[in-house]
Amino acid sequence: MKLSRRHFLVLMPAAAIAWKAVLAGTPDQAPNYKLSEHWWGMLIDVPKCIGCGNCVRACQIENDVPDGYFRTWVERYHVHDEDMTNPEVISPDAGKEGFPVVKEDAGKYFFVPKMCNHCSDSPCTQVCPVGATFVTPDGVVLVDPKYCLGCAYCVQACPYGCRYIHPEKKVADKCSLCYHRITKGLTTACCESCPTGARQLVDLKNPQDAIHEFLKTHSVQVLKPQMATGAKAYYNGLDGSVR
Amino acid sequence: MFKDAGHLFRFAGLFVLAFVVFLVVRGYVVPKSFGQYGHYRGDALNEIAAHPVKFAGHEACEACHTDVLATKSKGKHAHVNCEACHGPLAAHADDPSASTPVKPDTAVLCARCHTATAAKPRGFPQVDTKDHSNGVPCETCHQPHNPAITDAGGAK
Repeated sequence: MKLSRRHFLVLMPAAAIAWKAVLAGTPDQAPNYKLSEHWWGMLIDVPKCIGCGNCVRACQIENDVPDGYFRTWVERYHVHDEDMTNPEVISPDAGKEGFPVVKEDAGKYFFVPKMCNHCSDSPCTQVCPVGATFVTPDGVVLVDPKYCLGCAYCVQACPYGCRYIHPEKKVADKCSLCYHRITKGLTTACCESCPTGARQLVDLKNPQDAIHEFLKTHSVQVLKPQMATGAKAYYNGLDGSVR
Repeated sequence: MFKDAGHLFRFAGLFVLAFVVFLVVRGYVVPKSFGQYGHYRGDALNEIAAHPVKFAGHEACEACHTDVLATKSKGKHAHVNCEACHGPLAAHADDPSASTPVKPDTAVLCARCHTATAAKPRGFPQVDTKDHSNGVPCETCHQPHNPAITDAGGAK
């Protein structure tokens, strides 16, 4: 098999075009925002939550979440006396329009806001067969709607029930920690609209962030720690009956 | 002994060719940013970050409405952000003439946070809305930006 000059001249440009395709170019990046300088999380101060539903409404508006679907929701717990393992939990319409009024009676009531925990070892990203969901270098669990097949493995894998299949786009959808806001220096829509400061966006890589002192001095817990998800939604004052 | 080795070389050549074709097709089919940060499309981050903002953030409001900020910072609502009550107003912040914010209905708004219920934290100010004002609108007595009646400038 001897390569003639003619063949060589034909093959060279073809090889050059092919090589160009093999080498991936570097895509553009957002200016002034360095992925490596942040590691986002959320502080949820349970005793401050008044169950107003502001976060739920703000999230739906900010992220165009379809009716009947929620990226964040508020639950109301009712623990009867000593019966810690059987709390009564309600979340009518995700707590969007508040909760029915209750009079003091036996047991305690409290609100617990829930959302994606933006786990650093998230089960949802591990089960994705196509690389459509991932943990970003700044610690946010996102879904690439162009790559998602809508197989819903991740919906089943999330131990916190934070994902759903978008009814129109037919792809997995979830809390993006308002990625379009936090990369511009704003806080999330839920934090912005929370009247009592029960939710606070935290940057764990920022040594100036008050979260470091808070974590040191408070009894803080994550949901389902036994699942080792590396959850980054830190709950302060969380009752043991919450799951 | 090696007189038939050409068969093997041609066979190996086929493998090499198939591999090159695979690389070329892969180069065209897989997005350029795939693998930039991990096993996913790096461009997805920028696409998600391009979503429009609807809540402007309190700093944007405070840049112009300094009078309200001054009133608010004296009272109990100092830490309640503007859009917690007024709703998403990024369109107004970008171009104040483009949209005029609607004054929220205090009957709904105040009740959302201040209706008494056992599930709220003990120290949080709560009222039985029917009993408390007998139907008189909240803002008759309480100025929403600084709701305490005793404060100077608190009551209307």
